[in-house]
Amino acid sequence: MNIFCVGLSHHNAGVSLRERFAVDAAALAETLAALREHAPLNEAVLLSTCNRVEIYGLAGDASVAARACAEFLQRSAGVEAEFYRRDMAEGVRHLFRVVSGLDSMVVGETEILGQVKDAYAAALARGATGAALNRLFQQAFRVAKQVRTKTGITRGSVSVGSVAVELAEKIFGDLSACRVLLLGAGDAGARVARSLQSRGVRALVIANRTFDRAAELAAELGGMALHYDHWCGALDDADIIISCTAARGRVLSAADLAPMLPARGDRPLFLVDVAVPRDFDPALNGLEGVYLHNLDSLQAIARQGMAGRESEIEHCERLISEHLDEFLAWARRRGASAAEAAP
Amino acid sequence: MERHLLAGSTLFYLLGFANSLLSLGAGKFRPGRLNTVFIAGGFALQTAFLWARGQDLGRCPITSTFEVLVFLSWSIALAYLVVGAAYRISLLGAFTAPLVFALQLAALLGPSARASQPQGPPSGWLELHAATSLVAYGVLALACVAGVMFLVQERQLKMRVPGSIFHLLPPIATLTDAMRRLLWFGLGLLSAGIVAGFLVRVPVGHWKTGASLLVWAAYAAILLLWSRHVLHPRRVAQACVAAFALALATLPAMNALAGHLAK
Repeated sequence: MNIFCVGLSHHNAGVSLRERFAVDAAALAETLAALREHAPLNEAVLLSTCNRVEIYGLAGDASVAARACAEFLQRSAGVEAEFYRRDMAEGVRHLFRVVSGLDSMVVGETEILGQVKDAYAAALARGATGAALNRLFQQAFRVAKQVRTKTGITRGSVSVGSVAVELAEKIFGDLSACRVLLLGAGDAGARVARSLQSRGVRALVIANRTFDRAAELAAELGGMALHYDHWCGALDDADIIISCTAARGRVLSAADLAPMLPARGDRPLFLVDVAVPRDFDPALNGLEGVYLHNLDSLQAIARQGMAGRESEIEHCERLISEHLDEFLAWARRRGASAAEAAP
Repeated sequence: MERHLLAGSTLFYLLGFANSLLSLGAGKFRPGRLNTVFIAGGFALQTAFLWARGQDLGRCPITSTFEVLVFLSWSIALAYLVVGAAYRISLLGAFTAPLVFALQLAALLGPSARASQPQGPPSGWLELHAATSLVAYGVLALACVAGVMFLVQERQLKMRVPGSIFHLLPPIATLTDAMRRLLWFGLGLLSAGIVAGFLVRVPVGHWKTGASLLVWAAYAAILLLWSRHVLHPRRVAQACVAAFALALATLPAMNALAGHLAK
């Protein structure tokens, strides 16, 4: 049984190259059919994400088939590239690592599992898979599930935006009732706001010195623009305030906020300061019901999350090795029975 | 047989405690499930014990310090199973199991572990008073646990980089809600217990009445000040811990009442 993988990923190709090779989801089945006409493949699955384009195949001669796959990809993209190739055990291990998120740009991310499932489903629907790749991919999905449930590889947030979301969820629980006020329309603040929007916050108000920029960002994020001079009026309603203005001094001090707190009752206030220099007075964190995090603390938590994930890699690799042995034993048994059946 | 039921129940709580320690230590606490199974198992055996003891005594089994401690830990387990399931604050179980185990172990090792032999006919109001008050204490113990969890989580959120327990504790909004409901529920039961106590018409001494009213007033004040926004949730959490310490200090008063019941 000659299973192989050929492809390129964020490890060996920049985004400008990867985007040339990317295959649109709608064109996946058609591309797979063309590939099978071009290359001598018994079975094949084509995986295309923003970080990788890979072909998993079963062929009588893996070297010839892998070369043909690489030629096909280069011809489709209209550009040459360096491809990696993994044969049999290494190819199987590679798939198990990919589907578990160990080979991802952000280690432990789980989106890849859905993408691999989609790629496999497309190949299965097209009749491009058989006993070997069916078994391989089903086992890969089991590996991914075990890695997620038995290790801490997905635990902890690893980006500033996801850390802000995690902190907000530990304050408010469900974010669907939260109102977000974004001060400034810079990229850092917009990224945090976007992360919170993805968790379904109730409202987003954006205040910026240049109103047109606020309106533009509000249109993009599905929020409401506000004149910067009026942002204090929106403070009472806000549950989360993200600040990323270019102000030289403090935008909000403890002395400004303290008199407003009694009217908030039990409602906590989460302040996210991603501005440099900082917009929020550090003394705000000392007020009851007010939680302040700045860029430094958010990045420190993200680093902690990443370190936690990296410390789990060894555990994940052990699980993967167990499954690899199981798959290889199955492949050997299958190879032996095929040989016996041969005339 | 009764002792076996209680020993079995204590073993379940010990397993719950050990499970909490192991999973928290490994940083892999999975909410609910095993911990709830252990607490439910301990609760079932405890219920069987209290039922058997009640049959023997012909009254509610709160006639000695031993029985009061068992009844109190049963109340805490009951409150956890009702509240923990309702609000999915599963980590409450990690804090509840050791508390219930400690109370029950104290009951087993305490000097009054032998069954007392009450004399005279049982008083329905007195038993209702004592039983309702003990269940109220169980609920207020959970409010105290929720308060401790709130204070720990609040501290984590104020830190520059939170520790690993941050990921395991529930959101402070959930804990605030749990504290509010537990306080109202506990105060309601405490009020019912006090009203039943007034209907007993047995002289128990001013100190006993005073201690009960002091505990009631402490919890009523917390809820009043909270509803008027004089107390912030953090202060409420601190008050929950302090008020429960006060409530525990009145347990000797209940013991005195238990002695009265036994006469």
